[in-house]
Amino acid sequence: MKIDSIKDGIVLDHIKAGRGMLIYQLLHLEELDCSVAILKNVPSKKMGKKDIIKIGDADLQLDFNAIGYVDPDITVNVIRNDVCVEKKHVALPEELENVIKCKNPRCITTTEQELPHIFRLADRHEGIYRCIYCDTKASRHL
Amino acid sequence: MRSLIDILELSVEELDELMNTADDIMAHPAKYSEVCHGKKLATLFFEPSTRTRLSFEAAMYELGGNVLGFSEAASSSASKGESVADTAKVVSCYADIIAMRHPKEGAPYVASINATVPVINGGDGGHNHPTQTLADLETIRHELGRLTDLTVGFCGDLKFGRTVHSLIAALSRYNGVKFVLISPVELRLPDYVRRDILVTNRVPYKETTDLEAVLPELDVLYMTRIQKERFFNEEEYLRLKDSYILTADKMKLAKEKMAVLHPLPRVNEISVAVDKDPRAAYFRQVLYAKYMRMALIMKLLDIAVEIDAKEEA
Repeated sequence: MKIDSIKDGIVLDHIKAGRGMLIYQLLHLEELDCSVAILKNVPSKKMGKKDIIKIGDADLQLDFNAIGYVDPDITVNVIRNDVCVEKKHVALPEELENVIKCKNPRCITTTEQELPHIFRLADRHEGIYRCIYCDTKASRHL
Repeated sequence: MRSLIDILELSVEELDELMNTADDIMAHPAKYSEVCHGKKLATLFFEPSTRTRLSFEAAMYELGGNVLGFSEAASSSASKGESVADTAKVVSCYADIIAMRHPKEGAPYVASINATVPVINGGDGGHNHPTQTLADLETIRHELGRLTDLTVGFCGDLKFGRTVHSLIAALSRYNGVKFVLISPVELRLPDYVRRDILVTNRVPYKETTDLEAVLPELDVLYMTRIQKERFFNEEEYLRLKDSYILTADKMKLAKEKMAVLHPLPRVNEISVAVDKDPRAAYFRQVLYAKYMRMALIMKLLDIAVEIDAKEEA
């Protein structure tokens, strides 16, 4: 399949195959007016196959914490006039605010709706996050 | 300004300092009877817990301070829909320190980041109850004279018992402590506690279902109640509730110098006949709890009193 490059925009590359849609939803890309393409199972030398998201807006502010949480191996390329002007590697963020919700029914966030859902990285090696209120572990297997 | 939400916020040195203060209060109560004169403790109990609330209140009165507060959510502004954050801000205007109990996990933490006075977690759901752990540590130290080189048995519900998890975490920081985990298979210590605390800190432990077999090796036996409210299924509760009953006969197997602890209330897991045994420390544990809460209130209010070192001799 032939996929055109974009002139101005952002390319999220090296997304683990199958996770493209999840990233799309987490970044609320459905709310954008610009063109957005999700490419699934693109052949990759390094990964075998991967997903790619292309967004036709180079100035879009993305939540890198959310991206890093779902897949810390993603690379973010900013393209202007057909040239890649910026390449970012995301990593597991120290803190996540309103990216995931605490699933503990006894957590204070279940009754106090205005509280932000905040998780902190408890173990970088294992990629474990815990709710700052009730210490409940968040599963990264979204 | 500092609060206490989780027992692990206190270093081992700070725990020692609190226990030294508690010992000194026990030895010289008059010296402490006015140190909180003019100070107010707000007890914000969003769920009833008479024992813990009375302990905090008695602690503040014995320090010469005053107490205000409520003992259930229905009599607070929470019933009108006020948030924990707002309650903490408002009560900070009335009191010098807050003790909060709340059924939702993390509520005292939310209060602590919004209050302008120290907040003590008096229990939040199945999460933390640091002043119970302070009481447990002081009981062991006072009864046995040390917190190192101990074999500590936990018996009963090790799955849901938050006091067990907190005490294991706190004791794991002392040298030479070994744990013996005695429970029915269904109520074993959760994997995350075993992995995050015992395995990570390389603390020796063993698991068994047989209390009598391990009783002779224990320095401390921490009994727990099998709580009905933790079970979805009445049948399962009835099957497990009488798994372990400590009797005077079983106590004959235990060391001469050991301590039996229980966070109370008990149901039938310790027979009343054991109460007369000098090793039964659970009612003294209630007293130690009050002294530890006194020491903690003083620490968080930055009230320092010189400790009489002569008592050590």
